[in-house]
Amino acid sequence: MSNNVALARVDDPAELERFRAVQRLSYACADEVAATLEPGVTEREACRRMRRWLRAHGVDDWLHTPFAWFGDRSAFTGFRVPTQFLPSGTRLEEGMPYVLDMAPVKGGYCADIGYGGVLGENRIWDRVDADLAEHRTLILRLVRERRTFADVYAEVDALIERQGHRNRHRKYPGRVIGHQVGVIGGVLPKRVGLPFGVRFLQTIGRELVTERVKGRSPLWNGGDRSRHAPTPGLWAVEPHIGFRGVGVKFEEMLVVTEDDAYWLDDDLPHVRRWARRKAA
Amino acid sequence: MSEPTRRRVRGDGVDLAVYEQGDRSNPTVLLMHGYPDTHAVWDEVAERLAARFHVVRYDVRGAGASSRPFGAKHYAFEHLMADLRAVLDAAAPGRTVHLAGHDWGSIQGWEAVCTMPDRFASFTSVSGPCLDHVGHWTRRALGRPGPRGLRRAAAQGMRSWYIYFFQTPLLPEALWRAGISRAFTRALEIGEGVPARPGHPARTLPRDGAAGVGLYRANMAARLRRPLDRRTDVPVQVIVPTRDLFVSPHLVGGLAERVPNLSLRTVRAGHWVPRSHPDAVARWIAEHAAGAAGGPLTAAESRALRRARVTGDRRPFEGSLVVVTGAGGGIGRATALAFAARGAEVVAADLDLVEARRTADLAGRAGPAAHAVRVDVADAEAMEGFAASVLRDHGVPDVVVNNAGIGMAGPFLDHTADDWRQVLDVNLWGVVHGSRLFAAQMIERGQGGHIVNTASAAAFTPSRSLPAYATSKAAVLMLSECLRAELKGAGIGVSAICPGIVDSGITGRARFVGRDEAAQAEGRDRATRAYALRGFAPEGVAERIVAAVRDDRAVVPVAAEAHAARLLARVSPGAMRLLARLNVD
Repeated sequence: MSNNVALARVDDPAELERFRAVQRLSYACADEVAATLEPGVTEREACRRMRRWLRAHGVDDWLHTPFAWFGDRSAFTGFRVPTQFLPSGTRLEEGMPYVLDMAPVKGGYCADIGYGGVLGENRIWDRVDADLAEHRTLILRLVRERRTFADVYAEVDALIERQGHRNRHRKYPGRVIGHQVGVIGGVLPKRVGLPFGVRFLQTIGRELVTERVKGRSPLWNGGDRSRHAPTPGLWAVEPHIGFRGVGVKFEEMLVVTEDDAYWLDDDLPHVRRWARRKAA
Repeated sequence: MSEPTRRRVRGDGVDLAVYEQGDRSNPTVLLMHGYPDTHAVWDEVAERLAARFHVVRYDVRGAGASSRPFGAKHYAFEHLMADLRAVLDAAAPGRTVHLAGHDWGSIQGWEAVCTMPDRFASFTSVSGPCLDHVGHWTRRALGRPGPRGLRRAAAQGMRSWYIYFFQTPLLPEALWRAGISRAFTRALEIGEGVPARPGHPARTLPRDGAAGVGLYRANMAARLRRPLDRRTDVPVQVIVPTRDLFVSPHLVGGLAERVPNLSLRTVRAGHWVPRSHPDAVARWIAEHAAGAAGGPLTAAESRALRRARVTGDRRPFEGSLVVVTGAGGGIGRATALAFAARGAEVVAADLDLVEARRTADLAGRAGPAAHAVRVDVADAEAMEGFAASVLRDHGVPDVVVNNAGIGMAGPFLDHTADDWRQVLDVNLWGVVHGSRLFAAQMIERGQGGHIVNTASAAAFTPSRSLPAYATSKAAVLMLSECLRAELKGAGIGVSAICPGIVDSGITGRARFVGRDEAAQAEGRDRATRAYALRGFAPEGVAERIVAAVRDDRAVVPVAAEAHAARLLARVSPGAMRLLARLNVD
């Protein structure tokens, strides 16, 4: 299996459409599960609901199984070891922010989405969420300008600093703000290895090696490996900002071509929410 | 001074001397004196209240110009309450009044608001607990014999020596008559800083002291032994003097269970607060009365009421006003947010108004509405205007954080005179102006406060690379220590914070003197990366600043390197001098 099979062909509209369909499916799942969240629900229960929903809609593998972070866990408060990312028994309460994050695979095509919300009213969340909107515009503009990935990362962090927030993506393994995605295949079984799908790990592992040879990385962070112009492909981009125990993120796919870039889909819950807020 | 009019009111078998001043159409405040005082202990407070209230006072039976019945049984609560009702009927018929009591006047006040709450709109208690509550409190302290409960009970027991003494027959009366009153007057002057003046202590002190012993004999033992279940819905404000020799501040513990509408005001004072702090006491009585009556309040007043209110979910800085300079980013912003999250109303000042507004917006979401102001801390005139506007718009701040500062690095000879002036103007003069102007306001208000100055670990770390910066910060440290010594007596704390290497954004704006623009940028980049690598966030410093205010700490090194530098500077200055020769930039 050559490298090209795994990477998304960004010049093939049919292939992009299949990615878009999985991303839409994921956001539909997030919307529906979010609507069922009520005080007392635990993160584990929320994740169970997402898994069931996705399985029932034809999902057959995972890049990673669904995550849910409630309350100050949405801002990764006190996170030191990776196991803290896993769903916990934290219960949702009125006014609490939450983040849902899922990366399902359906027929080899995948999505990786982040979905922020709040149960009821939270004035801080409103502010942070409004500030997050700027990052979607900023990232796209900088990638179109062909600034290096490391540069984009630094600019995002600078904006977060000016906004008075903390960048929570630095807490992700490898401090990534994004990673490359492609078609998931291979001979390994569709199993989950706490909490990443093994076939995804195989793919990303292979990419790490091949891209390293080219002096690039399928992971996008602020480090030296990301000091290169945007690599063509599909990138799941996930800026995550936090303010005092309130974290908000989005994660969606950015299509990077040789000389341009665009978001795979603009008809998404958070984009519509920001537009409504701006109109109000 | 408006002279009170005096008249006599027939109480429960006694004649009472009642004094009134102020316009009778205003709300009525009744001030009750304690033992061994007369109504005159309230003179200063009454005069201040008379402009806004109809002020009523009377000499309790056994004191001053009122009748002096013989025998302890005449001083039991039932007679005292009957006297009080008679005075209310005569001076404020058909009206609810605002009651304030000191010492035994407060003990009577508790009895009154618990037994006839419909007569009172509010109650201010000064240094006189509800006896039944003390009974319950003591039982609880002894019932759960932890070392702390026992210690507190024992401490209050020691403070109450005079109560046991007053139970001995004849001896106390004999001592009063024998001329102990002169020693009492002297002790008041030396111990409490309350000099004698006409009217207080009264000329009748020997007779008042002897007769008033009846108050203790008739009431104390019974109530402390078998406390009643006393509660009240009247809004109560307890003024707690923290240096009271007779009443322990811990006595207010558990009070909120019996008084749902409770406020506390602590003041660094002794027992005779109405004499030593008449301004504060009068202001608090007026504020409390206005709050209880739903009257018009200024922003500062309503914040002060919020601050005093005791509630279960009260945040530690609820109702405090906190001013932070350099609040547009880094440590200043984090500090503003940390105080806001604890309930403080924040004034965020910065040279950059956009950034200050951003901080105020964020602070306003974590806590009460915050305010943004543009000010250049180096500009004396601007700072005067700033301090005046804070006072006018929001009142006297409870905490001032002089945080604005700039970084400058490079060899000494590359610093121009202007470089020096710039660093000292912001880093040192900014702190001087902030401390000077706001400390004056705090002293004037007389309710204490706290000043926090952001120094640096560079204050005790000599370095060839940071001559101007380190000098300015060393000066801030010394200024803070001097100021702390001076303001201690006024109940104002001063803390110097020495953060260390904090990823605060200061490196991105620092100047590297003697370099061209490109080299400057490179220096900034390198320093910023190094500081980011250290990974100590401003939030960590902000938490320590909050703790420094709470615990009144003098010098607070924050990061590990700041602690290490301070230790080394003390243990081996020679080693520090060697390290200072390293050229790090």
